[in-house]
Amino acid sequence: MGEPSTSSEKPKYWRTPLDIDKLQMPKGKVFIIKERCKGCGFCVEYCPRDVLELSYEFNSKGYHYPYPKNEEACVNCKLCDMLCPEFAIYTVDATKEKKTEVEKVGN
Amino acid sequence: MIQQQESTIVEHHPMDVLLRQDRIPHIWCSGCGLGTSLTAFINAVRDCGIPLEKISVVSGIGCTGRVAGYLNLDSFHTTHGRALPFAVGLHLGNPSLKVIVFSGDGDLISIGGNHFIHTARKNMDITVICVNNFNYGMTGGQGAPTTPLGSRSTTTPYGNFEFPFNIPHLAAASGATYVARWTALDTRRLKNSMQEAILRRGFSVVEVISPCPTLFGRLNRLGTGLDMMKSYQENSVIRHGADPASVAMGKDGKIIVGKFVDIERPTYLDMMKQALGGRFNIPIPERSVDKTEIPMDGE
Ligand code: SF4
Ligand code: SF4
Repeated sequence: MGEPSTSSEKPKYWRTPLDIDKLQMPKGKVFIIKERCKGCGFCVEYCPRDVLELSYEFNSKGYHYPYPKNEEACVNCKLCDMLCPEFAIYTVDATKEKKTEVEKVGN
Repeated sequence: MIQQQESTIVEHHPMDVLLRQDRIPHIWCSGCGLGTSLTAFINAVRDCGIPLEKISVVSGIGCTGRVAGYLNLDSFHTTHGRALPFAVGLHLGNPSLKVIVFSGDGDLISIGGNHFIHTARKNMDITVICVNNFNYGMTGGQGAPTTPLGSRSTTTPYGNFEFPFNIPHLAAASGATYVARWTALDTRRLKNSMQEAILRRGFSVVEVISPCPTLFGRLNRLGTGLDMMKSYQENSVIRHGADPASVAMGKDGKIIVGKFVDIERPTYLDMMKQALGGRFNIPIPERSVDKTEIPMDGE
């Protein structure tokens, strides 16, 4: 999978997309319903951006629930939400105001 | 440890509107694929465009059978194996409803096996979501008609020696018009497939291969639910249009997933109308949305 890039890092491209100035990476904010989690780890394992990690603390049922260790990297793909068997995690779109100015990212 | 951000911890989930709050959290084990299948189902129901009051969900008995009790839709939790007969009654009594049966392999294919083949034969306009975890989970991991050859269960401690059913083949051979199989890990494709099945006319079947880490997984040393999901990731192969006879599940080896059958055939009510329409008023609902292809290929 490789190391996920956080938004502070510049993404590396093999070829800079021609419409790079129009593209914008979505951002997500993660919400967790800690008491529902059963610590299965699906969300942590399959998050493509490696945003989540199981916490050291546990909930009242004794399960380690996830927390966003690197929320900056979340792209709001919602895979965690779709894989969670417990309805215990979801994300919402947190993209800051849409890109208007030409913001060069690639070079 | 990184400081927990308080704003991250909340009390409610956006899907809660479709769940009966007094019954959540559900009883399914940590790492069980049933919750993921239900999540995919809720997303499919929400996106299929059929008004929620026109959908009713019927389940039988078993771990999967609890779905009817968790969904905040018109739902019915029936006796063991009899989800399909109840669903047929509901469908014929009020054809404007979209009736969906959500149950397990034991309930649908073993105890309810007879109902399954006959509902498929008659091409009742019903969708079946069959979650297959290869054993009877709720009663303690007994061997089921889907337990692969050689797999252990509490009633086959030396390895199962009975030939199992291949659910897609059974469904297709009995007359189902839409047959697909996905693992619980293929959650997006599973959701799209469920949505497609719900919108089809006729008997549609979606089989979900799901981990049961507490019983089947433990007895066969397959590890945690996450380990089983990883094995699905490694071993599943997408083969749309594959001959259902060729997709039998083995103890090890590849899991063939995809959409195997998608055909049109007159439904039970169509045939009834053709035969008796001159004498009786036979209502055929307008509900059915025609061939909507929902993209399923991701890679
Ligand atoms: S939305 Fe996607 S990127 Fe964000 S935490 Fe969930 S799985 Fe990871
Ligand atoms: S997928 Fe859900 S239940 Fe599993 S660890 Fe993540 S939040 Fe908890």
